[in-house]
Amino acid sequence: MSSTFLGMPARPPRSPYGEGHLRGDQAFPQAAARELGNRQLRDNLHKATRTIRAKRLAVTAELPDWEELRSAGAALKNEAMSRLPELLEQLEAKVTEAGGTVHWARDAAEANALVAELVAATGSREVIKVKSMATQEIGLNEYLESQGVTAHETDLAELIVQLADDRPSHILVPAIHRNREEIRRIFLERIPGVDPDLTSVPAELAAAARAYLREKFMTVPVAVSGANFGIAETGTLSVVESEGNGRMCLTLPKTLITVMGIEKVLPRYADLEVFLQLLPRSSTGERMNPYTTLWTGVTPGDGPQEFHLVLLDNGRTAALADAVGREALNCIRCSACLNVCPVYERVGGHAYGSTYPGPIGAVLTPQLAGTHAAKDDPNASLPYASTLCGACYDACPVKIDIPSLLVELRHQTTERTGRGAEQLAMKAVAAVMGRPKLYRAAQKAAAIGRIAAGRDGTISRLPPPLSGWSESRDTPAPPRRTFRDWYASEEGRRALAAAAEHQDLDETPEGER
Amino acid sequence: MRIGLFATCLGDTLFPDAVRATALLLSRLGHELVFPPDQTCCGQMHLNTGYQREPVPLIRNFAEQFGDTSIDAVVMPSGSCAGCVRHQHMTVADRYGDAALRAGVAAVKDKTYELSEFLVDVAGTVDVGAYFPHRVTYHPTCHSLRMLRVGDKPLRLLREVEGIDLVELPEADACCGFGGTFAVKNAATSSAMLADKLDHVTSTGAAVCTAGDSSCLMHIGGGLSRISSGTRTLHLAEILAATHTAPHALTEAAR
Ligand code: SF4
Repeated sequence: MSSTFLGMPARPPRSPYGEGHLRGDQAFPQAAARELGNRQLRDNLHKATRTIRAKRLAVTAELPDWEELRSAGAALKNEAMSRLPELLEQLEAKVTEAGGTVHWARDAAEANALVAELVAATGSREVIKVKSMATQEIGLNEYLESQGVTAHETDLAELIVQLADDRPSHILVPAIHRNREEIRRIFLERIPGVDPDLTSVPAELAAAARAYLREKFMTVPVAVSGANFGIAETGTLSVVESEGNGRMCLTLPKTLITVMGIEKVLPRYADLEVFLQLLPRSSTGERMNPYTTLWTGVTPGDGPQEFHLVLLDNGRTAALADAVGREALNCIRCSACLNVCPVYERVGGHAYGSTYPGPIGAVLTPQLAGTHAAKDDPNASLPYASTLCGACYDACPVKIDIPSLLVELRHQTTERTGRGAEQLAMKAVAAVMGRPKLYRAAQKAAAIGRIAAGRDGTISRLPPPLSGWSESRDTPAPPRRTFRDWYASEEGRRALAAAAEHQDLDETPEGER
Repeated sequence: MRIGLFATCLGDTLFPDAVRATALLLSRLGHELVFPPDQTCCGQMHLNTGYQREPVPLIRNFAEQFGDTSIDAVVMPSGSCAGCVRHQHMTVADRYGDAALRAGVAAVKDKTYELSEFLVDVAGTVDVGAYFPHRVTYHPTCHSLRMLRVGDKPLRLLREVEGIDLVELPEADACCGFGGTFAVKNAATSSAMLADKLDHVTSTGAAVCTAGDSSCLMHIGGGLSRISSGTRTLHLAEILAATHTAPHALTEAAR
C-alpha cells in the first residue's frame, strides 16, 4: 500500500446493496392484481391471519407490562445497532474462544460460496436445514443445488413450499397461502413412499412429514441454520421454533453451519429475557415458544463437533448508514406486522417479490437491495404498497414506526428519481394550494365537475390516472357552493347566529332544563 | 373558547355539509368561531405520497392562518388532517423550513384537534344535545384511531345522541382501503379492501355509516353508491349537529 495520501477516499462512498431474493419481477400493483385474482389464496390468508391476530391480541393483553417490554425491546435493538461493529467483533472472539469458526460474508454470493465450501469439506452431498430467512434471502438452497448438494428443509411449512417448488409467502408460515387439502396433494405427489390413503387431517399430514424427515435427521451429517439472536457477551447463538425439527438439526449432525444477518446480534445474554417474551407472543400468539435452542461453540462428545458462523452483510451496512434503514434493521422477524396488515391479507407475500413481504418487507427490501436498478425497479413500488393505516406499528414488538418509514422512503424515492407526471401534478397542486387566491379560483373550476356527473349527482367514470378509482367507487359531484362561500353568505351568518342562540345546553343549570 | 375552524380542502370543496355542521355545532355549544379566509390545505396528500418540498408553502400558510394567539384551538372535521398537522408538519419544517416556520408549526400543532377530541378532551362535553333518530354504525378511521388515538371518543358522543340506534360495525378497525393516492396507485388492492368494508357496513342494516373523516367516507360512500346499497354515509359532525329544532335532512325526509 502506498504511504502517500493522495486525497482519495479510502472506502467506497457507500456500502454495496444486497442481492438474492430481494427483488420481484413485477411492480407491486401488477403483482398484487395477479394475486388478487386467486380467490383460494385470499380465503386461506384471511382465515390464517384472522386466527393468529386474535391469538396475539389475547396473549399480549394479558401482560400488564407489554408496552414496557416493547420499549425495552426497541431500546436494546437501538443499542445493538449503534454498537454493531464492536458487538460483532466481540461475538467473533467469543465464538472462536468456544471452539467455533467465524466467517464474514459481504453479500449473497460470498455467503453461498462459503457455505458450499464448508459443506464440500465434509464430503456430504446433502444438508438438513433449519428454517431461516437469511438463507432464503441469499438463495442458498438453489446455489447448493447448482453445486450438486441437496438441501432438505425440515420446518413443516418450509418443506411444503420446497416440495411444491413454490416460494415462501410469509416470514413465519411460509405456506400460509396453502390449505390442508393442497398440502395433502403436494405430499402425495412428492414424498416417496407416502401412504396413498393420506387424509388432510393435520395430525396425519404432520406424521407423514415426520416419517420422511426422521430419516434425514438420522443420516445427514451437516446442518445449516439461521439464528434469531447472537449474543456478543458469550458467543451464544439461538434458534426459536415450534416444531422441534430445528433442534434435531442443531443437535444431531456432526457439522453445524449458521448463517446470521449481522443485525441479529444482541449485547448481553440477559437481553434474551426481553426477546423471548416479545417474540413468541407477537409471532405465534404463544406465551412461550416450544423450543428455544441455545448453543455456544462446540462441546466435545456432545452435539455438533464442528461449528461455523457465517456473518452476513448483504446490504445491511448500507441500510445501517441510513436513518430509515437503521430502524428497519431492528426487526426480529416475528411477522406480527404481516398478520395485521390489510394489504398483506388481500394479496399475500408473493406480491412483494422479496423474501421479506408485508409492511416490514416494504421498508426493508428497498433498503437492503436498493431501488436503483432501473427507473421502474419493482422495489421502488414497495413503499407505496400501504394505506398507512398504522396497524403494523401498533403490533410491532420493537415499535418500528413502519408508516413513518414508508412515508420517508417515498420521499427519498421522489427526491432521487422525480416521478414525472405525478411530480408535476403535485407541484401544480401545491402552487395552487399555497396561494389562497388561486385556490379559490380552482374551487370555482372544480364546481364545473358537476357537468361530469350523472342525473343522480355522482360521477361514475373518471379518466386515467383516476380510472382505477372509478372502477369500484362513485364520486360525488362537487356541490354548488363551497363551505367558505356559505360561511361568507347572509344565510351562513344567520344560521350561525341562530345556532349560537340555542347554546342553552351547557350553560343552563341542571334544574332549569 | 375562540376556535379557528379549518375546513380542510376536501371539506371546503367537496363536503361542505360536514364543515357547516361542525361550524353550527361549535357555535351552538357557545364557542366563538374564526374562519381565516386565506386557509387552504394541510398538505397531507403531498406528504403521504412522498413529496416534502412541495408542501412547504402550504404548511407555512397553515401556520400563518392559525398562528394568531387569540385562537385557543384549531378544530377540523378530519382525523387525518389533524394527524398531519400534529405529527407531520414538523418533519417538513425541520428539513426544509427556517426558524420562523419551525416556531410557527410548533405553536399551531399543539392546539390542533380533530372534532371529537376537541369536544371530549378540551371542551369537556359528551352530550352535545343532538337528536338523530336513525340506525347508525361508526367506522373509526385509521388516522383517528392510530395517529391521534381518539379511542372511543366519537362513540361516547354518539351514545348520547337522542333517538339514535347505534350498531356495532364488524371488524370496525380494519382499514377501508382508501389511503389517499393508494386508492389510485393500488386500485385493485384498495377495491378488495373496500369490498370487505362494504359487506360489514351493509350487514349492520344501518341507514347511516358515519366517521370522522370525509376522505374515508368518500371512499366508503362511493362504494355504497356503486352497489346501490340502502346505507349512506354522513360525517360525525352532521349527526352531532342535528337537533329537534334543526333536524338533519334525513330526519325531515322520514317525517
Ligand atoms: S417489523 Fe416488527 S412486527 Fe414486523 S416482523 Fe419485524 S419485529 Fe415483527
